[in-house]
Amino acid sequence: MHTAAGVEARLPIRSDMDLVWVRQHVRQAAAQLGFGLVDQTKLVTAASELARNTLVHGGGGLMEATHVRAGGAEGLRLSFSDSGPGIPDLERALSDGYTSGGGLGMGLGGSRRLVHDFEVESTPGSGTTVRVTSWATRPPRQRGAV
Amino acid sequence: MSEGLSRPAAGHVPVLGLGDVLLVTLQGDLYDSTAHRLQQDLAEAIARSRVTGVVIDISGVEIVDSFLGRVLAEIAAQAELLAARTVVAGMRPAVAVTLVELGLTLPGLRTALTTEAAMELLARPVVPPRSGGGREGGP
Repeated sequence: MHTAAGVEARLPIRSDMDLVWVRQHVRQAAAQLGFGLVDQTKLVTAASELARNTLVHGGGGLMEATHVRAGGAEGLRLSFSDSGPGIPDLERALSDGYTSGGGLGMGLGGSRRLVHDFEVESTPGSGTTVRVTSWATRPPRQRGAV
Repeated sequence: MSEGLSRPAAGHVPVLGLGDVLLVTLQGDLYDSTAHRLQQDLAEAIARSRVTGVVIDISGVEIVDSFLGRVLAEIAAQAELLAARTVVAGMRPAVAVTLVELGLTLPGLRTALTTEAAMELLARPVVPPRSGGGREGGP
């Protein structure tokens, strides 16, 4: 019923214009997979935070969106990767209030709370990959009128 | 909406003067640079027009991330320094839920559910800011 078309994508993250495309793609893909409005908003917000990290701290990179399925549930996996300097102290970077840029320090720790699964791999000197997955809470099918 | 798709709003956001208030309507998805420019434009517009209030209508904004949240908080802070009060109006419920989960509750920001309610709020007499240290100005 759902094809990967329109969901799967590889988008460059090189400028603040690319952040707009990332947000719009994630919004459309999540809607297509049946995410409710609040879940769409959370995932798009997390994607915006993570893409901005890729741009600002990683010096640019790539977002890959993948359609995942488990036990009949539809999910969206987003992977943000860069070849930047890496994160020297991951635990600290994930704590609220920590910031190395000009933000409010909510980026990494905050976006972890907005998604269902969150993984980060970072090697100092060679880059960072953050992979997040969220699931549409209900199967993406229309219910008839009650 | 006049346009079918939410187009990225490049360039600049119009600032409308309504008596003592400046009204700014954010629509669609903003570039970071557009938000920064709005922040600067508003400071100049407040000083030039000598308004006492700013209303920022975000009912057309689908997401507020920590960047845009910070810009809104900074707009309110700089307006305060220029003797104007800021009210953010029309936040979507899904945005409010997400901001709290993100950890961004923006305590210094005044909000209203609609632009009309924001205008009413600004028309009321100024209530002294909460807390702010023990400066006694007399009763």
